[in-house]
Amino acid sequence: MGSLLEVNNLHVSFASYGGEVQAVRGVNFSLKKGETLAIVGESGCGKSVTSQTIMRLIPSPPGKIKDGSILYKGKDLTKLREEEMRGIRGSSISMIFQDPMTALNPTLTIGDQIMEGIKQHKQISKVEAKSKAIEMLELVGIPNPEMRLKQYPHQFSGGMRQRIVIAMALICEPEILIADEPTTALDVTIQAQILDLFREIQQKRDVSIILITHDLGVVAQVADRVAVMYAGKIVEMGNRRDIFYSPQHPYTRGLLNSVPRLDQEGELVPIDGTPPDLFSPPEGCSFTARCPYAMEVCKRVYPLESNLNDHHQINCWLQDERAKRILHTI
Amino acid sequence: MGLPQETLYEKKEDIALDEWFVPIEKKKGEAEAVVRPSLSYWQEAWRNLGKNKLALGALIFLILLIIMAIIGPILSPHSISEQKLINQNQPPSSEYWFGTDSLGRDVFSRTWYGARISLFVGIAAAVIDFLIGVAYGGLSGYKGGRVDHILMRIVEVLYGLPYLLIVILMSVVMGPGLGSIIIALSITGWVGMARIVRGQVLQIKNYEFILASKTFGAKTYRIIRKNLLPNTMGPIIVQMTLTVPSAIFAEAFLSFLGLGIQAPLTSWGVMADEGLSAILTGHWWRLFFPTLFISLTMFAFNVLGDGLQDALDPKLRGGK
Amino acid sequence: MKSYYIKRFVSMLVTLWVIITITFFLMHFTPGSPFNDERTTNEAIQKNLEEQYHLDKPLIVQYGMYLKQIATFDFGISIKKSSQTVNEMIGRGFPVSFELGMVALVVAVISGITLGVIASLKHNGVIDYIAMTIAVIGISIPNFVLATMLIQQFAVNWKILPTATWSSWKHMILPTIALATSPTAIIARLTRTSMLEVLTQDYIKTAKAKGLSPFKIIVKHALRNALLPVVTLLGALAASILTGTFVIEKIFAIPGMGKYFVDSINNRDYPVIMGTTIFYSTILIIMLFLVDLAYGILDPRIKLQKKEG
Repeated sequence: MGSLLEVNNLHVSFASYGGEVQAVRGVNFSLKKGETLAIVGESGCGKSVTSQTIMRLIPSPPGKIKDGSILYKGKDLTKLREEEMRGIRGSSISMIFQDPMTALNPTLTIGDQIMEGIKQHKQISKVEAKSKAIEMLELVGIPNPEMRLKQYPHQFSGGMRQRIVIAMALICEPEILIADEPTTALDVTIQAQILDLFREIQQKRDVSIILITHDLGVVAQVADRVAVMYAGKIVEMGNRRDIFYSPQHPYTRGLLNSVPRLDQEGELVPIDGTPPDLFSPPEGCSFTARCPYAMEVCKRVYPLESNLNDHHQINCWLQDERAKRILHTI
Repeated sequence: MGLPQETLYEKKEDIALDEWFVPIEKKKGEAEAVVRPSLSYWQEAWRNLGKNKLALGALIFLILLIIMAIIGPILSPHSISEQKLINQNQPPSSEYWFGTDSLGRDVFSRTWYGARISLFVGIAAAVIDFLIGVAYGGLSGYKGGRVDHILMRIVEVLYGLPYLLIVILMSVVMGPGLGSIIIALSITGWVGMARIVRGQVLQIKNYEFILASKTFGAKTYRIIRKNLLPNTMGPIIVQMTLTVPSAIFAEAFLSFLGLGIQAPLTSWGVMADEGLSAILTGHWWRLFFPTLFISLTMFAFNVLGDGLQDALDPKLRGGK
Repeated sequence: MKSYYIKRFVSMLVTLWVIITITFFLMHFTPGSPFNDERTTNEAIQKNLEEQYHLDKPLIVQYGMYLKQIATFDFGISIKKSSQTVNEMIGRGFPVSFELGMVALVVAVISGITLGVIASLKHNGVIDYIAMTIAVIGISIPNFVLATMLIQQFAVNWKILPTATWSSWKHMILPTIALATSPTAIIARLTRTSMLEVLTQDYIKTAKAKGLSPFKIIVKHALRNALLPVVTLLGALAASILTGTFVIEKIFAIPGMGKYFVDSINNRDYPVIMGTTIFYSTILIIMLFLVDLAYGILDPRIKLQKKEG
């Protein structure tokens, strides 16, 4: 169909002393070339685990892929051997993490850390590697790159470090960039700059981006499509318009309502309650305990998927005709 | 998306019955049930320690050791200094459970007597380190500023002094013996404790939960008891537990060199020194028992100290 | 950075001065010391002492003169063996002790780090547990106890290794093991703890996400950071190895400086005690300073800090 990446029915669990934690319980999505997909959800919903599983970065005890496949250009990443996976990490698919202050090795120069990525994957001379590194630093907007290569991470501010991290991730010209909460640890103003940078990079280099975040503001700025995750499953997925202008799932609505807005007065409306215990997740819809429209059926059976149009899907019993009886409350 | 539908069912109506499409009655607060009961700091620590079999074993060993140190010499029919030259250098037997030494003295009762001395030195050193260290470090940390600066410079210089060398020098100066060893150990040993205490005090001074407590109007005493103590005591207790074996080691070391405990007292170190030459004549038990107990005791304290460290560190809660 | 090192250097000198001063005054105030004892061992020695140490002059002056003497590296003459200068004794004994100590240190560092890294990689497995238990045992058995046990087994019972002196490489085995075991255990434990902590750091995740090989991640990224605390520890370890030599040399009858030192203590040979003490302390303090230097070089955050370290 033209999907660069396809995640099918992914199940990931962790063995812990209290039992098995089901962190990801049947996640499906795909990523097309050149698009930005945002995965949104609160802490613990499984979004980070999903993205790290794509990179196979989850340590294998205690984590385990229990089911599902991740197809990248036809190959199933869950079945690759570790050496093959290493060939993909950093060169075809790259990942950047949340905290730029700790993402860089304090005892190595940033030049070393940037160049090591490309030296690992391509046969390239030191001179070429260096010029590539300089090119990358220019791309992400670090002035005076030649001199900066010799410096150490602690000599850079948070925002600049995140740029360096992005440069590191892009040096091998990957097709997919996974960004796990890339702006969470940054000031709002720096955040805006980094998001601009993402957009710019996407235009210039045609990279597909998977952006993990809990911040809807970030999503609104950069995402083409949005997947809303809750308790290990995607509950609603659509393009930006769908999600922001006609969200259907009560959780999505709750999220949007809880974002403070400058043009609104009155109290903040958080979503009551906390996410369910993933040791023994509920049979039915996991949002039942917190959902203002919960029905008996929600407790018993997991909602089937409904297609609202060919780009907006949702798992919620409220979409069923029989639910229209109480729909007047929505 | 392609979520695999439950294609076993032809119609939705079979999975989700019509009558279920009614609102649920929810109990209030159900959504926020806390999963595990919370424990107090000490309860949590004790539980963690309990999981560590080795540390528990060490604790039991040490308790038994202390008991034996007290009753051991009494248990044996022979006194610690009674010399029966006829019986010299006897291997362990039913009469002399650990054998005899070159003067016909009972090794069994002497071993437990030595235990008293070694344990006494170890614990005394730990306690004195604690007292001096807490006073010094606490003052330095609490006062801050110039006072802290000066006190810490002094500590820095003292820290650079080779511990055992000073101890040896002290013993030379004061003459050997139990008192000098303890004094010598105390003079240099408190430095480590002072640093730790100061570090703790500095950390705690600014903790947000102290401020939070204050804003709730909690009295200072209560703050100290409920907040400061549980957090500071951890590393301090661990440090004390680990001071004991190093003091026992120092005493044994000195006695082995002839600088420590002198006759008529004895300690494990002295007995080891006496026992060393005996191995060439095959009297292995004279070296074996004192060295065995030195090692086991140090091992037990180290293991216990490690276990306490793991148990008392709140950051490790929920791990493993 | 310069100011940091100058500070450390000055601190070093101060410590050294404190030791010299303490040693001097201790020796002079000890009852029964030939420096202030009316009962003398013999006339000749007493005369020697008086000349050497100007015992008729006030204490402060004596102190000053001793300082001067030390500054020219003259540690005086032995009392018990009046034909030897302390310098000679040090000159004879030190190379042997140094060899013993250095070999033990190198062995300890290499084995300790290797063991620690392996244990950290097989974290919580059987290997880890066994290795760490052995490590605690290693720390708990005093080196002289271990030495005696080794002699008992290898030299007396099995007769495969010699007991005493220092003449061939075979002679080095037992003393080195005895001396190096405890430091190895300490280094192993620290390396393991440090590695475990480093391996959870974000920059390791980043390195993995770049597709680097496990070897590169461990050696280039993890070890570099994990070894920093170990380097800091080296100074204290050098001290413990050094004091360990006293007892090891005694047990194995190795003709090093330790033997002279211990003998002089038992004989109350005060100039030797003073001289060797000061010499030992100097070595230690130099080592501590070197360790500090090394740490500063290895950790770029210190290297480039212009404020106080």
